[in-house]
Amino acid sequence: MALSPSPQLDSQRTARGQKLRQLLFHLPWTWRITLGYLTVMLFLPITAMFLKASTEGPADFWRIATSPVALATYNVTFVTSLIAALFNGFFGTLIAWVLVRYNFPLKRLIDASVDLPFALPTSVAGLTLATVYSDNGWIGSLLSPLGIKVSFTRLGVGVAMIFISLPFVVRTVQPVMQEMEQEIEEAAWSLGANQWQTFARVILPPLFPAILTGVALGFSRAVGEYGSTVIIASNTPFRDLIAPVLIFQRLEQYDYSGATVIGVVLLIISLLLLLVINLLQAWGRRYD
Amino acid sequence: MTKNDATQLNNGKANLKQQKSWVPTVLIAVAIAYLVLILYVPALNVFIQAFRKGVGPFLSNLTRPDFLHAVKLTVMLAAIALPLNTIFGLCAAWALTRHKFRGRAFILSLIDLPFSISPVVAGLMLVLLYGRQGWFGGWLQEHGINIIFAFPGMVLATAFVSMPFVAREVIPVLEELGSDQEEAAKTLGANDWQIFWRVTLPNIRWGLLYGLILTNARAMGEFGAVSVVSGNIAGKTQSLPLFVEDAYKQYETEAAYSAAVLLALLAVVTLVLKEILERKTRIKDVE
Repeated sequence: MALSPSPQLDSQRTARGQKLRQLLFHLPWTWRITLGYLTVMLFLPITAMFLKASTEGPADFWRIATSPVALATYNVTFVTSLIAALFNGFFGTLIAWVLVRYNFPLKRLIDASVDLPFALPTSVAGLTLATVYSDNGWIGSLLSPLGIKVSFTRLGVGVAMIFISLPFVVRTVQPVMQEMEQEIEEAAWSLGANQWQTFARVILPPLFPAILTGVALGFSRAVGEYGSTVIIASNTPFRDLIAPVLIFQRLEQYDYSGATVIGVVLLIISLLLLLVINLLQAWGRRYD
Repeated sequence: MTKNDATQLNNGKANLKQQKSWVPTVLIAVAIAYLVLILYVPALNVFIQAFRKGVGPFLSNLTRPDFLHAVKLTVMLAAIALPLNTIFGLCAAWALTRHKFRGRAFILSLIDLPFSISPVVAGLMLVLLYGRQGWFGGWLQEHGINIIFAFPGMVLATAFVSMPFVAREVIPVLEELGSDQEEAAKTLGANDWQIFWRVTLPNIRWGLLYGLILTNARAMGEFGAVSVVSGNIAGKTQSLPLFVEDAYKQYETEAAYSAAVLLALLAVVTLVLKEILERKTRIKDVE
């Protein structure tokens, strides 16, 4: 390891522990700032939460984590997020395809606008989605004669989740599509494959890891989302209450254990998702 | 290839194009319809609602004291979180690209962690650390320092959620750059500061700027984490995104949209700058 350029460090003879201590003392200041900031901002808060949760005891932890209200929020959070992510998996791939392969007016503007959900504050997204999809809103008024209510229902939560996770699939699939060689498709065509066969056997397989990565990223974002969903939902337990809102409500009632247990559950799921995303990305790079 | 073959091939291609010509049109139409329903109608709605009753009511909403305070607070939050995360991001990027060691990938994913953690959970962690019942709660109370339900907590929450951007944008640039130029400067007698200001910074400036823009947008727009730690007291601990939600809940929809339009403009400016920077770096790549 070449962390310490100090000449006094005689690594040949010093014992391992001493070596580590000396390493820490001679750490360049860039490393000290990096590790110090990570400690204050990340390690301390995460440790505080896990330790708080561990004071509950396994039985209590399990009881709070699997209470009927909590289970209902997991159902709403994860199922709705998954549907939203899959929705974007399909339409996101379609949007990426259209942007990479075809030319049409305002294409550049449309391409840039895909990032809007990243840039627009979530409370603004929630506010305008709630208005547009309410019974007398522009889109909601077209749906309400059909008996479909969006704002203040679980469907509204889904729409908000679709909005905030829209860019992920497009932005992960787009670069892979740009790299794809059209000659291979032409070869498939000339060998007699029809459009559907070309798509399913030639175009889709190399895109698949990127699509899955985008879906996982979007799902992860949707699971944690709070701002837009809290505004568009009615936040009624067992109907459209999501886990992050439940944590918030528990905190408002000064029920710190209740909030912590559900927070730990969400955090562990986020960490698992991060692992899955890393594995998917490694899978996508396997031919590089 | 004879001329005849070539024309045949072209005819074939033309036929092929004609045959599937309806496919692109349908696909483009479906993609745009989806974007209209999910993105464009809601985005347009922000601007139309804000100016529905003309510019007068809009302007009078903008002069409300609690609104002005929210704007001030939002700017202050970004003004503190931005330099903090920039210093951290630059140090982390430098440390991680100039030293190769085991566990590097682990630290890289640690830096990205705030993106995976729900903002509400981020806020909760801060409450458990600095709140009245938290680890440092007792000590802080003895010394009369308020972090939760006060400005410092909002700063911590804002810095947390916008932490990864600068490091993330600068690391790939530094990696591509390599350390040849820096080593050359060093052998010519430059000290670390001179190397940073004269060699490294000019090379990473676009990546850094890109990171700064994204950090700023997230810092000014953060809702969840700030909402948990702020207590949301109008005129005291209410940033602009919190003002939007609060006004909406109090049935002051117009005030909500007046604030929302400012944040939407921030988003548009962010996207435009992002596009310009992306084009700039792309042109450099081509060269």
